[in-house]
This record gives sequence, C-alpha cells and structure tokens, in this order.
Amino acid sequence: MIQYFHSVKLDREACKGCTNCIKRCPTEAIRVREGKAVILEERCVDCGECIRICPNHAKSAITDPFQRLEDFEYRVALPAPSFYGQFKPDVPPESFLQALLELGFDDVYEVPYAAEAVSLAIRRYLTEHPERRPLISSACPAVVRLMQVRFPALLDQVIPVESPMEVAAHLAKEKAVRERGLDRAKVGAFFITPCAAKVTAAKQPVGNNESNVDGVLSMSAVCGEVLKLLGSSRRNRGPLSKAGGIGIGWGRAGGENVAIGQGSLLAVDGIHSVIGVLEEVEKGKLRGVDYLEAQACIGGCIGGPLAIENPFVARVRMKNLSEISEKQGLQVDAAEVARLYAGGLFTMKKQVEPRPVMQLDRDVARAISMVEALEKTVAELPGLDCGSCGSPSCRTLAEDIVRGVAFETDCVFKLRDRVQVLAQEVLELARKVPPAMGQKGPGAGREGQDG
Amino acid sequence: MAQPVKGLDFSAAGEAAGRVKKTLQQIGVQPSVVRRVAIVTYEVEMNIVIHARQGTLRTAIAPGRVEVVAEDEGPGIADIEQAMEEGFSTAPDQIREMGFGAGMGLPNIRRCSDELSIVSTIGRGVRMRSVISGW
Repeated sequence: MIQYFHSVKLDREACKGCTNCIKRCPTEAIRVREGKAVILEERCVDCGECIRICPNHAKSAITDPFQRLEDFEYRVALPAPSFYGQFKPDVPPESFLQALLELGFDDVYEVPYAAEAVSLAIRRYLTEHPERRPLISSACPAVVRLMQVRFPALLDQVIPVESPMEVAAHLAKEKAVRERGLDRAKVGAFFITPCAAKVTAAKQPVGNNESNVDGVLSMSAVCGEVLKLLGSSRRNRGPLSKAGGIGIGWGRAGGENVAIGQGSLLAVDGIHSVIGVLEEVEKGKLRGVDYLEAQACIGGCIGGPLAIENPFVARVRMKNLSEISEKQGLQVDAAEVARLYAGGLFTMKKQVEPRPVMQLDRDVARAISMVEALEKTVAELPGLDCGSCGSPSCRTLAEDIVRGVAFETDCVFKLRDRVQVLAQEVLELARKVPPAMGQKGPGAGREGQDG
Repeated sequence: MAQPVKGLDFSAAGEAAGRVKKTLQQIGVQPSVVRRVAIVTYEVEMNIVIHARQGTLRTAIAPGRVEVVAEDEGPGIADIEQAMEEGFSTAPDQIREMGFGAGMGLPNIRRCSDELSIVSTIGRGVRMRSVISGW
C-alpha cells in the first residue's frame, strides 16, 4: 500500500474522543477508537475541516520549522496570495515583504506574481482545449485529493496546469541561479502556507514526481515574526513587491476566476459546497461552464486554518489591494509567459490518479455480497447517526462492520437491546424455583387437585 | 437495490441516484462506468419527480453489468421517439423555471446506456430499463 504523507496530525493528549471531527470530515476519514480520534491515512485529503471544528485543538497542521532554512545556502520566501490579507491597511506589501528578509530570507518571490503567469497559462489551455468542459482548477490541493477519493471520474477534467506555488518555486530557483550564479541544489524555496493541504502538496505532489518547494512554513508563525519585524528593515534590497491585484486576488474566493476573465466561470468555496457542485458536474449538468474554481476553505485561501486574520476582514483587505492595482492589469510579461508555456513549464508531469479507497474488496463479486450485507446491517441500525460507536454515521458503522473492523454491539442501542434480552432471560431464570420447593412442574402428579 | 421516488419532491430529488453511485464506488466499479450509471439513474429519477406521482428505482449489479429499472405511476409518454429528441420536453413552465425539464433527460440516458428499452402506457406510467455493461 502507498504511504501517504499528511500534514493534518492529531495530538493524542489533547483529544477527548468526542465526535465533532468524525461528523465534519468530508471523506469519512476519522473514527474514534479507545477514546481517541484515528485518521484513516488513505482517505484523508488534508482539507483541515477537523482542525477548525475540534473544540480541544487536538488537530493541527504540521509545517516545517524555521531551522529548515539552515539547510540551504540561499533561501527564497514564497508568500501565498492570502499572506497579503493578513496585515492592517496601513502596512503596504513592500513593508511585510521586506520584513521577510529580516526573518532570514535572501530573496522573496511573490506567489501572486506567479499566479498571474498561471492565469495566462489557464486562459491559453482553455482556448486550446474546448472539448472537455468544465475544466476544474488544480490550485487547491484538498479539492484535487477530494476528487481522487470521491470523484475519480472527474479527474480527467482537472486542468493539468501547475499551481502558482509550484510555478513560483521553479521561477524563484531559476532566478537565483541566473542572477547569483548559484548551484540550484543550494537554493531553498519556502512556501508560506495558509493551510495543511499545501504542505502535503509540497511533500507528496499528485501532478508531479517531486515538488520544487523545499520547505513549507506556517503562515501564522511567519506573520507573528513579521509583525515584530515590521519597519526594522536594514537589508533593503530594493522593491520586492511587483505582483498586481489580479495575482493577489487569487487568495480570496472568486479571485482566480477574475484573473482568468474569459468564458463562463463558476466559483465555489467551502469543501461541503464544493462536493455539491462536483456532484452537479458528475451528473453532466454543468457542461455550459468552461472553468470551475473550487476551494476547500470558506472564503478561499484567506479562510485557511493557518491564516491569522478573520477571513471576512481579510477579504476586504484583499479586495482593496486588488482594486488598487487591478486597473494596472497583469504585471507579468505575456511574451515571456508564452515562451515558458511552450517550454512546458506550466504543464503537470503526470496524470492525477484515483484513490479507490471506498471499494470494499478488490474482488467485485465479493464486494457485491458485502454491499448486500451492508444494506441489511444498515436496516438493523437505529439511523440516529449519533456517532457514539466512533463511526460518523450508522451507514459508516455498517460499512466498518462488513469490512470487519467494527461490531454490531459497538452501537449503544444495539448493545442495550442485547442487554435487555439478556436481563429478561436472567429474570426468567431467577423466577424458576425447583419443584421440591413448591412449584408445580410439568411432571406434577394429581396430588392437591380437587376431585 | 430498490428505492421509492416521490413525484414533485424536489428536496429529495437525486438522493436515490446518489446512493446508487456510492454503492458502485464501494463495489469498486471503474469511475467512467460509475459516472454513466450516475447520469442514467439521476435523469430517470428526475423524470419521475417531474412527471409522475411516484415510482421505484431498482438497480441490479453483477460483475461487468449494471441494470437500472425505473417504473412509475404517471401520465406516461405519448411519443417515445419524440421524447428522445434533444430539447423536447413536456415539463410545465414552473418546473422549467426551477432549471429542470430542458429536454435532455432521455437523450442523456440513451447516450450512457448500452441497452435501453422504454415501455409506456398512457395514463398509467412508464417502465424504463437501461443496461450499462462491458466493464
């Protein structure tokens, strides 16, 4: 079996074994066992819903420590578009980008700048491939992984264009090699992430054999440091901020579609809403749509579990930043992007494969009989979906039972029924008195009967 | 697998087809086939919801073959050939306003089926049988 890397991790000490996360998980990837949540690795898509819902903060996104910077001679920071929404309006992008240099980076390559180039690549791909509709954005790694698990039939509609993070990492390294004459292996590209899914995308990419991203730092941790360092720039390297509003806008829901700006576009955010729209695509109902922007977090990347600013506040900030420079249009050089496109820079190197984790058994005939057993089991369960058994719903418990990893008596109501039957039997037995002590048994004679 | 479908119940519309899809995924049917079955079951379920009083959606799954049988009690289809034409619809205006009844249901079902038969008695109802095979 494939070993999956996951950024979403459980703190066993903090977990109280409640049922909040199991009910929220879009791929039914969590069970409660022995009083603690257990994540089923092959099903988890690192969307971060459990991180948000956990009242005990027992779930978190694992990112790389700052010490990872020491592994490289030359370090480039790759701030995500959502990073731009984390600061007060009086802090211009140039200030917080300069502060990144204070933090130990040698250069900054703006992911929003790469996002502009990716927008052009997507436009081009849409024009060149009118046969598949709608094409679905590959930018949100949680959505792509959700499709691997729940919508495998739609994977050939995922646009095979690399994400802005990946393109930024590649271009940042090329720039360092070109301008500094450095050995590529000595250049470290560090993405500043708002979410767990991007960590997983960098450690275990699905559209590529390996990522150009060498490390992923938590946006909340970086913001904390940057806020302390604002205004203390000594290493001023001249303007670092060159991305325009179109690229920055990618950090909020709908921004990617604004950047694409051609054809019939649909944007959806929040993983449970994304599932609803993907179901429509699966039924063949959205053929009139050219491109689908789909983001797992409500509000887009600014709603990521590692973003510090309230997503609604961040959205206003992003909107203002975008509008200021949207009028300037794209900041990237279209001719240069066209050259890179022809060179295959934006193209994913491999097809995204399905993860057939819903399958009950590899043998179809056996799986069919298991489905029949599952339906019978579901009919016997109370249908309350209480979660006390540790599975998210009665149907999932039935699935776990036929898979052989749970028992019917895991259901507290079934257990109670069994106890009741047992208690009744015990009572009946207790009432039985031996005939010698006065009870009339079936073999009793005629003695005592009135003649 | 037999599931009842209620006419004009738009809040539950699509749920029966959704359960069929989940079952096929659990069986491990290949994604492209699951999608074809999903379209057939969804469209026929919607036909029952839009046009009939009630009906039943039955799915029989064997290795390499899925059979979908939908039976309803409703007005029936007057001209099946005509109903197969893209864009032909008898759905009332209020249903079209909800975004349904575009006249693509039966053409989509035909496109996704390997075998298809539709039998109708006017005033009684429709029986549709679709087979998706060869996987």
